[in-house]
Amino acid sequence: MNAEPAIRQHAISPQPGQKVVEARGLGLTFHTNDGPVQALSNVDLSVARGEFVSFIGPSGCGKTTFLRVIADLEQPTEGAISVNGMSPEEARRARAYGYVFQAAGLFPWRTIEKNVALPLEIMGYSRAERRERVARTLDLVNLTGFERKFPWQLSGGMQQRASIARALAFDADLLLMDEPFGALDEIVRDHLNEQLLQLWARTTKTICFVTHSIPEAVYLSTRIVVMSPRPGRVTDVIESPLPKERPLDIRETPEFLEVAHRVREGLRAGHADD
Amino acid sequence: MTAIAGTVPSTSASPLHRRLAQGKTLPILIVLAALLAIWYAFTVYLNAPWQIDAYERAGTEWTATDLVRDTMAQERPVLPSPHQVVAEIWQTTVGTRLTSKRNLFYHAWITLSSTLLGFGLGTALGILLAVGIVHNRAMDKSVMPWVIASQTIPILAIAPMIIVVLNAIGLSGLLPKALISTYLSFFPIVVGMVKGFRSPEAIQLDLMRTYNASGRQTFFKLRWPAALPYLFTSMKVAVAISLVGAIVGELPTGAVSGLGARLLAGSYYGQTVQIWSALFMAAALAAVLVGIVGVAQRLALARMGGRS
Ligand SMILES: Nc1ncnc2c1ncn2[C@@H]1O[C@H](COP(=O)(O)OP(=O)(O)OP(=O)(O)O)[C@@H](O)[C@H]1O
Ligand SMILES: [Mg+2]
Repeated sequence: MNAEPAIRQHAISPQPGQKVVEARGLGLTFHTNDGPVQALSNVDLSVARGEFVSFIGPSGCGKTTFLRVIADLEQPTEGAISVNGMSPEEARRARAYGYVFQAAGLFPWRTIEKNVALPLEIMGYSRAERRERVARTLDLVNLTGFERKFPWQLSGGMQQRASIARALAFDADLLLMDEPFGALDEIVRDHLNEQLLQLWARTTKTICFVTHSIPEAVYLSTRIVVMSPRPGRVTDVIESPLPKERPLDIRETPEFLEVAHRVREGLRAGHADD
Repeated sequence: MTAIAGTVPSTSASPLHRRLAQGKTLPILIVLAALLAIWYAFTVYLNAPWQIDAYERAGTEWTATDLVRDTMAQERPVLPSPHQVVAEIWQTTVGTRLTSKRNLFYHAWITLSSTLLGFGLGTALGILLAVGIVHNRAMDKSVMPWVIASQTIPILAIAPMIIVVLNAIGLSGLLPKALISTYLSFFPIVVGMVKGFRSPEAIQLDLMRTYNASGRQTFFKLRWPAALPYLFTSMKVAVAISLVGAIVGELPTGAVSGLGARLLAGSYYGQTVQIWSALFMAAALAAVLVGIVGVAQRLALARMGGRS
């Protein structure tokens, strides 16, 4: 009941239930000096508004490539893809998504607050609004008090949180996250997983999340996409029966372990192919 | 004061001692002393033949002590002794009216002004070319070879031509000299800035793309700040060779003022003391200019979160 009005507010432009990402027969072949590399092959996938979709699969199976296609950073060579009902390029021009890269990629000459303000400066937010949003998002990732620090003065985990704050600072409905917590220790990772889930529950963001960790994928997602390499393709899509409300200890419940088991089986099957 | 001195009894000479023992001062002093010793030795050795000749022509008796003393006090020595050069510098700077054309500072100022003008133009030109090269494939292919070729021509060969051609179209005075500095100094700037503008990582450029940032925004918020450390490093090289350019530029003009003119006049009249004092003034000027760029670098990079 409580969440209802918030959802209505956000849902003005794209209709609820509308497909945020829709890929049909998507393929991408890189032409390298050593010959063609088929990174994606015949990917059919649609992500509905408000979903939390995790991509899991062995290294080199095209997870990053798929996110980059959504973000218009790579052009598919086969099939079609739409983002918010537009082409990826139109969606990028409409600033439809925030992208969290595998590395933090902060600008070393900018303080943390200036780094978070970067997209806001580019998108022309007023000074007052910038200040307000930077404070709000830094608070969200528990970095209040580090505004004036330079990136090198922060630990790797804190830098990664700053890069998440940077992606959250503007109102993109779609969040593309490429192994954002890959380099962090378990405890910090748990903490950030919990916070990310809360953030997702509070807003109506759609999240596409790449990870190598089965527990992380199961804990976070409403849907888990299992991929296999050479050529990169989707081998299994697992709907999570877990409730939206997920305390950390849900990871010890039989339902959780059941889903984790299915994901592991899916990964094994993919590996057995080659 | 006395109380403090009393508590630490044995410190009377210790700060100096400590600096000598621990700092860079002692090694520098040793090297300096060695250089001076070598210089003095060469002064005697190189000036001795003429001195002995002079003794013989005059028919005077001479001893080794006489020889050493007289070789260091010749009016036109092959190699002047260090104290002669110091005395000349002192006499032509502090010992002369500042407005006089015989004051070395006056000549240094003439050279400095064309150095700075040339350096400013060279830096601006270098940055502009680098921007073009980074943003335009055609320019990358076509301009860079010319930039490199330009530096393979000896500056001494083209300096007179530049001066003559510019004089023919009515440009004289400061600008032609400055343009020679520009010709030399734009090169390290172009090379450094092309590298600097290309230094952002792929992920940072991708990030700007996801924000749909304009080319101008990507330039000013990413490429330019990323290139600044490269700019300062290049500027240190550029300012030093700008000075060389300005001095070289004074040689073919028959200029009457400037350090280059002093060098030339000195060599016409065999005034080696004057040549050496002009050389030392040029070296000091170069050191000061590089030092100023270094300070600017430290200030700017400290504001950009430099670690030092
Ligand atoms: N720009 C490129 N040029 C050529 N080949 C590429 C390029 N980018 C990726 N590839 C290839 O495409 C395949 C998929 O790469 P991708 O980065 O999407 O894998 P991934 O699933 O993200 O792997 P990881 O889990 O290690 O991050 C790999 O075989 C990789 O070598
Ligand atoms: Mg990847």
